Amino acid sequence: MKRASLLGALLLLLTAGLTGDLALGQSLMTQVHSERSLYREVLVYEQDGLRCMCFTRQCRIGRQSCIELRNPQRFALNYTRMMLAGTLFTQDDPRRILIIGLGGGSIPTALRTLLPKAQVEVVEIDPAVTKVAKRFFSFNDDAPTHVTEVDGRVFVKRAAREGRQYDVILLDAFDHEYIPEHLLTQEFLQEVKSLLAPRGVIVANTFSSSKLYDHESTTYASVFGTFYNLKRENRVIVARLGGLPPYAEIAQRAAQFETALKSFGADVPSMLKMFATEVDWDTKARVLTDQYSPANLLNH
Amino acid sequence: MSTSPVPRRSQRLCYVMALWSGFFVMGIELLGGRLLAPNFGSSIYVWGAIISVFMLALSLGYLAGGRWSLQSPSLGRLSLLLLVAALTALPVLPLTGEPLERLAIAIPDPRFGSLTAAALLFFVPTFFSGMVSPYCVRLLVDDDSTSGRRAGQLFFVSTFGSAAGTILTSFYLVLWFEVNSILLSLVAISVLLAAVGLLAQRTVR
Repeated sequence: MKRASLLGALLLLLTAGLTGDLALGQSLMTQVHSERSLYREVLVYEQDGLRCMCFTRQCRIGRQSCIELRNPQRFALNYTRMMLAGTLFTQDDPRRILIIGLGGGSIPTALRTLLPKAQVEVVEIDPAVTKVAKRFFSFNDDAPTHVTEVDGRVFVKRAAREGRQYDVILLDAFDHEYIPEHLLTQEFLQEVKSLLAPRGVIVANTFSSSKLYDHESTTYASVFGTFYNLKRENRVIVARLGGLPPYAEIAQRAAQFETALKSFGADVPSMLKMFATEVDWDTKARVLTDQYSPANLLNH
Repeated sequence: MSTSPVPRRSQRLCYVMALWSGFFVMGIELLGGRLLAPNFGSSIYVWGAIISVFMLALSLGYLAGGRWSLQSPSLGRLSLLLLVAALTALPVLPLTGEPLERLAIAIPDPRFGSLTAAALLFFVPTFFSGMVSPYCVRLLVDDDSTSGRRAGQLFFVSTFGSAAGTILTSFYLVLWFEVNSILLSLVAISVLLAAVGLLAQRTVR
């Protein structure tokens, strides 16, 4: 009896807490679309004029990609800005770009405008993601953008065998819920490195917290040496073959994009401020390899 | 009337071997995903291929194990099954590098490439592991009336072993050790158990 009433009180508290949260939020999150795939359910939600792609109900564990409904061009998530800064400010006029992991396609969509001459190859494992990106996030896969639906590692191995080269490679295949562990190993990064043209740049969207941060940092450092470490909610690693471009060079290129990026809601000075090389991880953390890659277990 | 060809003490060892065999199979299966990923990715097809190969190998192994138990069943022969399953898992180590890469080039289709790879690497050791359980049943059944109970207990230990092998490998072992070290340890434990079985057989005689 006593236990029952305690439980009742707890339930009451819990529901009060929940409704309280709902009252605080400006509006409810509404589900716009759900697409079942071999891997997951690709969900589209809208809230406060923002449309997001999520892989969990109510976007419980992170958002894959978001656009503002009134201004779809604007970057709604910070990491998109960071990835683009890594792409645009590190090379003069990159022509061959490889993106592993599509999401809502904000990056390839922005690149159509910002680098109209670039051939953009996107690798996405899940056809449902491509479908939803096209329908709800105005992703366009007409030339010069091209999508291949295959596992990222398999694509990279094949491209290496065919001797393909890219000026910039963007790795964006992780979400907060599950990490494809074979895309986070030293061997994989070496394969990616072999695809880079001379002075080619790698831009990787990774994790900024948990134990995985240390392991990921030492793994990237073991393959690419020093890198720019752009940090917000996510962490974006930017490295270049043959040494990092000096900050002055980055700032100079950034200036050329200042006006263009404004229409995307991206502020160049604040983007520049994120280019740091400070080593803030445990340099003794074990390097992740094909033999040792418990990325999901480390990401607690 | 006792129809079991082994004494009580050795029966306990049968249970241990069945438990370990279940552990061994699932340990290898989970490592299999990691071994195939560099060349075939970790798409749903790769896991589908691995699970299919393991299930097929086990099912045929059950048939063969039952059949083999007809001819002079003994603890020594059961130990041999464990030993052969362990030793045939060893080629996995040299095969996962260059040979798998060549296979991935030869069969670019993600389904049939990974299916072939999984069969090549894991069919034989899993087949021999599958022989263990029905063979154990033959060693454990004392009379008709308790045969169902014995079989139930055997399925319990073997499947419980599989559950343990699954959770330990995926939650802990891969966090602590390299894939090849785990594989070698699994093989070593099987060899050790087989040796114990063979010794026990000798002392009985």
